[in-house]
Amino acid sequence: MKKILTVPIKDEDLESLNVGDIVYLTGILTTCRDVAHRRLIEHKRELPVDVRGGAIFHAGPIVRALPDGEFEMVSIGPTTSMRMEKFEKEFIAQTGVKLIVGKGGMGPDTVEACQEHKAVHAVFPGGCAVLAATMVEEIVESHWHDLGMPETLWVNKVKEFGPLIISIDTKGNNIFTTNKKAFNERKGPILERIKKELSFIK
Amino acid sequence: MTQQPNVLEMTNIMAKFTDYIGKRLPKDVIKKQEELRRQETNPLAIKIYDAMAENQDKADKLSRPSCQDTGVIQYFISVGAGFPLLGELEEILRNATLIATEEGPLRHNAVETFEEKNTGTNTGSNIPWLDWEIIPGGDGVTIDVYMAGGGCTLPGAAKVLMPGEGYEGVAEFVFDIITSRGINACPPLLVGVGVSATAETAAKLSKRALMRPVDSDSPIPNAAKMEKLLTDGLNEVGIGPQGLTGKNSVMGVNIESSARHPSTIGVAISTGCWSHRRGKIKFKADLSYEILSHEGVSL
Ligand code: SF4
Repeated sequence: MKKILTVPIKDEDLESLNVGDIVYLTGILTTCRDVAHRRLIEHKRELPVDVRGGAIFHAGPIVRALPDGEFEMVSIGPTTSMRMEKFEKEFIAQTGVKLIVGKGGMGPDTVEACQEHKAVHAVFPGGCAVLAATMVEEIVESHWHDLGMPETLWVNKVKEFGPLIISIDTKGNNIFTTNKKAFNERKGPILERIKKELSFIK
Repeated sequence: MTQQPNVLEMTNIMAKFTDYIGKRLPKDVIKKQEELRRQETNPLAIKIYDAMAENQDKADKLSRPSCQDTGVIQYFISVGAGFPLLGELEEILRNATLIATEEGPLRHNAVETFEEKNTGTNTGSNIPWLDWEIIPGGDGVTIDVYMAGGGCTLPGAAKVLMPGEGYEGVAEFVFDIITSRGINACPPLLVGVGVSATAETAAKLSKRALMRPVDSDSPIPNAAKMEKLLTDGLNEVGIGPQGLTGKNSVMGVNIESSARHPSTIGVAISTGCWSHRRGKIKFKADLSYEILSHEGVSL
């Protein structure tokens, strides 16, 4: 059965989730990336969107302006979440955001904040930008247009948006830390074996 | 400007082809991904492969760029010395990029360096990037179009090894880069390796290697052997789609090489992500053309 998170997300919705679980999101998902994080944390500017109990998406979409002044989501895929690591701990603490969607892993500070404030980070498959765009029902608001199309805060109404793979849970687990450790452990012996067959210089 | 109608015709074809490849993957890549999906046993990885296939299907039907990052546009040109539009090709491909950017639409990905301004057109100094190979005696042209996305370009690296480090050192370099930086580049990856004299010759060959089909083998027996060893070895690491573990890590490893200096082994890596958007088109002197990378295309 599909596990669906609905905004506003409560602590109890997240506490049972483990890394590797797949969930879908219904409700509001706001794009929020580099400069928006910097404005809130470094420049102490208030976010124009209240994301308490909500979800943000590390993404820079292609959006089409329609003649009636509305906007249409054309293509929206995740960007590398690690770039936001510097700000995310403070961001979670200040905004009360519950779900952070992006690509690749995040670091120990985000893990700490997710544990303390009961939040999760999830991966949406990179490169699946049309699939994601078709799960956006409507762009309901947009803010900070001065940042340009990719960095604007696009407030999207989404339905069963996913698959979202939990990569940091509320218990201090980080799937990418575990995976990287496993990859590095496997690497050594494989390389030693291959190298024996590569002595082309005699 | 007696050739004007030809120039317009070729610009139009190349604009449409550039736009087209941002929406549909080449046939070798599609086939490989179906194969990797069949081999997969990790349910999470299967879910991701299915999302990827669904995305490509939707991109095709809705005629939208399949990934929002449509990259920096690169053209790899193998042109006959007698091709009638040799002198006009640069202008043709620049204009083709401008048109495709509007029509696609493609994301604006050309930032003028030092001025640090996005040009908003996907063109800038030496962008689109052109790589030339002149074929003596020929009168046609074959062009590979490639969209170099940010995520899959980031692992790129080059280094000059001492001969004592040997091909063993080359393998180590490839493994180190892919297991550390390949994870965020949207695997399963196509890995291009250049083995050559210097850093930049190796780098150039590593990118040319990405233009070869994912399943192709080097005609040089030892290079082909190394391609296989690296492919199998990296797959055994089990990075899986999106780095979330699985049966495979790569779609393939392609090695291109040149002769080297006795005292150096130049080695470089370029990576292509699962959304490996490239296309190959071949023109005759009269501009009749054939698309070699995709099936059933109508531009
Ligand atoms: S690495 Fe490739 S698939 Fe992933 S976001 Fe970048 S261009 Fe798209």
